[in-house]
Amino acid sequence: MSIIKLLEDFTTDKLTTEPSSRRQMFGSMGSLGKKAAMAAIPFGLAASTSKAKAATTASAMQTYPNSSLQLALVLEYIEADFYAKALDSGVLSNYPKAEAIYMQISKHETAHVNLLKGALGDAAFDAPEFDFTAGGNFDPFGDDGTNDAIAYQQLLILAQAFEDTGVRAYKGQATNLMNDPGLLTVALQIHSVEARHASEIRRLRGIKGWITGDERGMGVPPIAQPVYIHEDNTTHGGVDVTTLGDGSPFSFESSTEAYDEPLTSDDAGAIAALFLQN
Amino acid sequence: MKKQQIKVSTANGRNRRQFLKTSGLAIAGSGLLVACFDDKELYGNDGPFDLGGGDLGVLNYAYALEQLEAEFYIKVLNGTYWSGAAEEEQTILQDLYNHEINHRDFFKTALNANFDADVVLPTLEFDFSSVDFNDRDSVLSTAQLLEDTGVKAYNGAGKIIETGAYLVIAGKIVSVEARHAAAIRSIRGGDMDDFKLFAGDDAVDPATGLDGAEDPSVILAAAGGFIVTEFTANKLP
Repeated sequence: MSIIKLLEDFTTDKLTTEPSSRRQMFGSMGSLGKKAAMAAIPFGLAASTSKAKAATTASAMQTYPNSSLQLALVLEYIEADFYAKALDSGVLSNYPKAEAIYMQISKHETAHVNLLKGALGDAAFDAPEFDFTAGGNFDPFGDDGTNDAIAYQQLLILAQAFEDTGVRAYKGQATNLMNDPGLLTVALQIHSVEARHASEIRRLRGIKGWITGDERGMGVPPIAQPVYIHEDNTTHGGVDVTTLGDGSPFSFESSTEAYDEPLTSDDAGAIAALFLQN
Repeated sequence: MKKQQIKVSTANGRNRRQFLKTSGLAIAGSGLLVACFDDKELYGNDGPFDLGGGDLGVLNYAYALEQLEAEFYIKVLNGTYWSGAAEEEQTILQDLYNHEINHRDFFKTALNANFDADVVLPTLEFDFSSVDFNDRDSVLSTAQLLEDTGVKAYNGAGKIIETGAYLVIAGKIVSVEARHAAAIRSIRGGDMDDFKLFAGDDAVDPATGLDGAEDPSVILAAAGGFIVTEFTANKLP
């Protein structure tokens, strides 16, 4: 879980008084640049360089649900912080419907954070600082003087990206939770709430609540394309659903809308990394 | 990403069936065989069809629910509410019609590709006499009920699924059901100035932020009013 290691390092560096032990843990990798590079290391490799290295096979298995929940916690931290700041920004004051929607979503995302922190226990970590400009690409809270109408559109675009990412990320972790039916069910119960959110935000933006092909939807900049990569898949379990019949239910559009695609840990982590403060 | 394969081994059922066929016993007297092998589905005995257990049971269960939804939207698009509805509502309901028919036919194909035809749920008959397809509120409230039920059903069935590839496919579908539920709720919420209904406290627990999850027995009891064809789910929770 590369993104998790990166986050842990950022947050722990600020708190710990023993930099040498941190350094030891990461071997010769001391620079932020190298830590950032770790974010690009595939899941399994990153895990092997971490504390889990010396773990037995059995306990390594047990870290699996934890890494899935940690990825979920990162995404929920992003969402919870984003909606709280959005509601606090004043940008929504002229948009009462959107404000009501954001309040409802904010309530859920905060609850998800608490739920995941509880489930993770000692394996939880504090929220890092996020950069919702994504390196200067957005000004969703109008902090940089962007007028409310434009900031509002950016608030919706970011919310759409976070929710559609959330749906795909939880879906991608489902098989990692199969050995723990209780956790799996909770993850599924969060997953479908993210999908409800995604649908509503998308419709608020004037586009369909479901994803056609791998389209980002009008107004969403190309930087968000990783959120929709492979969403145009039409083959599920070896069955190409466009070949199942004739007519509108089996068109490319319908066939891609009817199925949401999972996102790998790496792909979800890379999207989260766009919003890490550096 | 590596392509998931839905094809899984069903060696037990197929082998037994083939064995019985080649040995000629299949024609000999199914009553006796049923008693001997305790494998009633293979012979279509007098009892109602049972969905089965494990992956087969869940796939049959999902197929039943998708048949129900597809049939509902077929009737919606044949009603006068839909033909005279506002453009946005027409488009949403047509999309839902498209998606649910696609889901239904996917399960039919996937089941028949992986299991013997006689353990695959047949085409069901439904009774929608409680719904007025010429009335907007009747259609939208039933759509909300069906979509919310679909979400709870898939969320509750996840833990029964044994094969990862099937779990992922169920995941691909359930989030679309949730998108549907939110859209229908959003339209109904707009009517009553309740802009939070898309994920209202009646559907998503406000304390935990969790959607519903129910066992098949609960879902089938709730949806039973629409289903005419009798079947059982004795091997599912």
